[in-house]
Amino acid sequence: MAKNISVTVKFWKQNGPKDKGHFDTHELKNIPDDTSFLEALDIMNEELINEGKEPFVFDHDCREGICGMCSLYINGTPHGKTERGATTCQLYMRKFKDGETIVVEPWRSAGFPVIKDCMVDRTAFDKIMQAGGYTSIRTGQAQDANSILISKEAADEAMDCATCIGCGACVAACKNGSAMLFVSSKVSQFALLPQGQVEGAKRAKAMIAKMDELGFGNCTNTRACEAVCPKCESISNIARLNREFICAKLKD
Amino acid sequence: MWLINSSIGRKVVMAVTGIALVLFLTFHASMNVVALISAKGYNMICEFLGANWYAVAATIGLAGLVALHFIFAFILTIQNRKARGNSQYAVTNKPKKVEWASQNMLVLGIIVILGMGLHLFNFWYNMMFAELAETDGVALASNGVYHIVRTFHGGCPCEPTTGCGYAYTAIYLVWLCALWFHMNHGIWSSMQTMGWSGKIWLNRWQCISLIYTTVIILMFVVVAVAFCLGYVPCDFKEAMGECAKAAGSCCGGC
Ligand code: HEM
Ligand code: SF4
Ligand code: FES
Repeated sequence: MAKNISVTVKFWKQNGPKDKGHFDTHELKNIPDDTSFLEALDIMNEELINEGKEPFVFDHDCREGICGMCSLYINGTPHGKTERGATTCQLYMRKFKDGETIVVEPWRSAGFPVIKDCMVDRTAFDKIMQAGGYTSIRTGQAQDANSILISKEAADEAMDCATCIGCGACVAACKNGSAMLFVSSKVSQFALLPQGQVEGAKRAKAMIAKMDELGFGNCTNTRACEAVCPKCESISNIARLNREFICAKLKD
Repeated sequence: MWLINSSIGRKVVMAVTGIALVLFLTFHASMNVVALISAKGYNMICEFLGANWYAVAATIGLAGLVALHFIFAFILTIQNRKARGNSQYAVTNKPKKVEWASQNMLVLGIIVILGMGLHLFNFWYNMMFAELAETDGVALASNGVYHIVRTFHGGCPCEPTTGCGYAYTAIYLVWLCALWFHMNHGIWSSMQTMGWSGKIWLNRWQCISLIYTTVIILMFVVVAVAFCLGYVPCDFKEAMGECAKAAGSCCGGC
């Protein structure tokens, strides 16, 4: 049975990357608990606008856990994660208690400067992808589907790695601001397949070089990323990336 | 040079030097337990590792490893602080899976190196250096068991442990505790860094780290505690032999 709850939302306001920023609060009354968290924020924004205040800015797009745009640090956890495998847009008000204060912060990491409030600039991830997150395939006659044999295990694991939506929760959770879970998932989705292995060494080197250039930190295997990843990416991907990179460098 | 310029390369330096230090500790702990069994045997090892060119070369190599590990630890930590940025979260909720040690490796490492300073003074300076510099009482200087008793018991084993003995033993235990945390994370972390890990091996390495670290640290703890409480191996008097007189009541006290 759905019931209604009232909560206090304490949300981060910040005008651009240089601004110091501060928290504002808003009382949300009588919200049906099957409302999604982002819908509740929409309701909050409507109320703020009606009060003549500036609405709260946050990122979102698909609202079904596939695009990776939503990015809120809720009550001390990226995506407010209370169970494995959910993004902010898949969080529901039933996860909160009546009368609770919900603290909403942006991803805080030097690699992700704040654009406004809780919307951060994640183009760094696009740049890393552009550096090597692709395969070069000559187009032409369509290939026979079975001309390259791939084991079911490899196909499944590559698919699991490919489900990384590039949300950046891993960086947000990491005390070292490291992007290794993201980069390793993206390298792995290719490294596990024969089509991707051709450019494997080049890819690992190019993506790591870009990641380092953009100022992401050195991974110290704390596993905070893995614990918060909405797509349950595993740090075994990081071991694979390390292997790819070290082998590539040793061959040079 | 990728070992310096790339994040993974820097981690490789940490991992390789770290594992070399773990191997050194394994060697060291195995020698220590000999002191529990035979004082003469232990003194023989001390003599063997005394003022010889190979012992000096190994010491220099070891110092190099520690220096590399230490310098890279600071480089990594400074870069990571910078990557993390200045703005702090108001609320943080540490997931259960995150080991405390993994987030405090620098602090643990600093405790380890401070303990190492004290340790080098207590043993290495008083033994190897005294011998190298040929200061007084060379026979006593290379008498390893004497130094163990002097440090952990404080005075003659037939008398009660001195306050100094208790204090040193307590400091050593705190130090070993920090080392346990550092190594327990460090061993599996270095395998992960080198890429020799995966979904199955990660759990295995964590289990191996826990057991290996615990065994090594216990070997150190048993020696320190036993000698603190007045234990001596059966051939202790014999081993002290000629230098018993030089040591006053067989041990100089502190
Ligand atoms: C005999 C003593 C020591 C041993 C056996 C040891 C061992 C290790 C090992 C095996 C690692 C794992 C490397 C990796 O994660 O790839 C490590 C990491 C680390 N050590 Fe040590 N270490 C020792 C002393 C020190 C000292 C004196 C410091 C001084 C500051 C230090 C600071 C660090 C730091 C900050 C890390 C984390 C680096 C990372 O995980 O990326 N360690 N250590
Ligand atoms: S690895 Fe997980 S947390 Fe990191 S960007 Fe991909 S989906 Fe998000
Ligand atoms: S809005 Fe697309 S994943 Fe949440």
